[in-house]
Amino acid sequence: MFQPIANPSTQPVSPKFGDQDLIRRSASSITPAAKRQTEVAKLIDVSKCIGCKACQVACLEWNNLHEEVGVNVGVYDNPHDLTANTWTLMRYSEFENPASGNLEWLIRKDGCMHCEDPGCLKACPAPGAIVQYSNGIVDFVHENCIGCGYCVKGCPFNIPRISKVDQKAYKCTLCVDRVAVGQGPACQKACPTQAIVFGTKQQMKEWADKRITDLKSRGFTNAGLYDPPGVGGTHVMYVLHHNDQPQLYAGLAKDPKISPLVELWKGGTKYAGLALIGLTAAFGFVHHLVSGANRVSKEDEENAKRLAGGRGGRS
Amino acid sequence: MSSYEVAPGDKVQAGDPVVVTRYTAGARLNHWITAASLVLLALSGLALFHPSLYWLTGLFGGGPNTRMLHPWIGVVLFFSFIGLFFRFWRLNLWERTDNVWLSKIRDVLASKEESLPEVGKYNAGQKMVFWSMSLLIIVLISSGVVIWDQYFGPYFTVEQKRIAVLFHATAAIVAICVWIVHVYAAIWVRGTISAMTRGQVTGGWAWRHHRRWLKDLVTGNK
Repeated sequence: MFQPIANPSTQPVSPKFGDQDLIRRSASSITPAAKRQTEVAKLIDVSKCIGCKACQVACLEWNNLHEEVGVNVGVYDNPHDLTANTWTLMRYSEFENPASGNLEWLIRKDGCMHCEDPGCLKACPAPGAIVQYSNGIVDFVHENCIGCGYCVKGCPFNIPRISKVDQKAYKCTLCVDRVAVGQGPACQKACPTQAIVFGTKQQMKEWADKRITDLKSRGFTNAGLYDPPGVGGTHVMYVLHHNDQPQLYAGLAKDPKISPLVELWKGGTKYAGLALIGLTAAFGFVHHLVSGANRVSKEDEENAKRLAGGRGGRS
Repeated sequence: MSSYEVAPGDKVQAGDPVVVTRYTAGARLNHWITAASLVLLALSGLALFHPSLYWLTGLFGGGPNTRMLHPWIGVVLFFSFIGLFFRFWRLNLWERTDNVWLSKIRDVLASKEESLPEVGKYNAGQKMVFWSMSLLIIVLISSGVVIWDQYFGPYFTVEQKRIAVLFHATAAIVAICVWIVHVYAAIWVRGTISAMTRGQVTGGWAWRHHRRWLKDLVTGNK
């Protein structure tokens, strides 16, 4: 058993991190916090998940979210997808394992992965609408969000959702408010099987190693830790029994990285575009300096008069 | 050389100087609606294009308002430009003399009109502005719809939106450059702007820059 995080004291606690601990801020150039806080992480052990959805309920409860009553279409996923109110979602996949002949019920808790290299933040045009703290948490700051949906395009995991009510983007905060006072995220607190544990990223990797050794001893030779290097690693990690085939788990990306289209749009295009506009304007300016205005001469007017006058018979 | 280079409403009034009517009031109104929406689109679009220009959102009442207004202005521009397109497309058809004019672009830039072929209502440069704007506006409106999340978000995949946003940004940059060329040409070639403000140019201007148009106008008026 992983040592549970102690309950908080009843005395007020000041937050452990804040604006002084930012390492990235969307559409802004900031000096990253000189000293990084210890990186935190949430570890989701898919092999221990029983699919009870306590994490989903805890998320709604803690964050005071209200999901619409939906429609049952014959699958366990409820609601059918992440929404502006559902920041975490159990996704159920049935997998017939050809090696063992077993039917495996793979249940993955989907939600923001808190990437070390966050695509949402890179794509965001609004200063300070997305921030990354030095402990690895990526958070949306709603008063700065303009609702353009660029974060949706930037995210390699298809996580952010735009609210139909206030047109702002929402996703898991990793319970930034709980973590700031030494607590774990609400989903972790609620998990009855410790399929979700929370601690420093190092602790989580070590705990995952134990779990993977255990899984391997039970015949899951490809068990492993999902901490994809394409996005610099994540602060939400999975233990997967089939780490060689993450796509089995409701399409979890095999080697996620920020789309090259987004990199091009937010990289080269931005600078080349402004440079091209600048050069075009500069060309006009220089051309006018060098060759001056193109003026109509007296002869031109005389010629026109002769031409126009000719038809009227006055030349 | 065979086409008749006159649009409905163009006419010559003899006098000193000769006054030539180039654009009707309707065409001018249509042009300025397009122009105003294009400028507003460029400002609001650039605001979201580069962080250093985000302050431009202040002109539109903040970030969320900019995001909300930009696509609607785009719709205005699109329909307004359709009006311009149907007014102007015929005389913007490419002709063999346009290639000659283009091949002498050095003389054009050096204001050596005497060595250029006689030009109809539009020269090759103006035609290129017209056709590139037509094409770019089609790219902009169609990619713009794909990334108009508020109304069209559910109809497209994220990957389609990524492609659209890249096309949208690229086309917008080119359109802004074409717009700069258009505005600069109107300033550089003195006597041009009155065509779009009062609809008239002097006979000398028409003789110098669009002689075939002037000739067709004079002979056609007989």
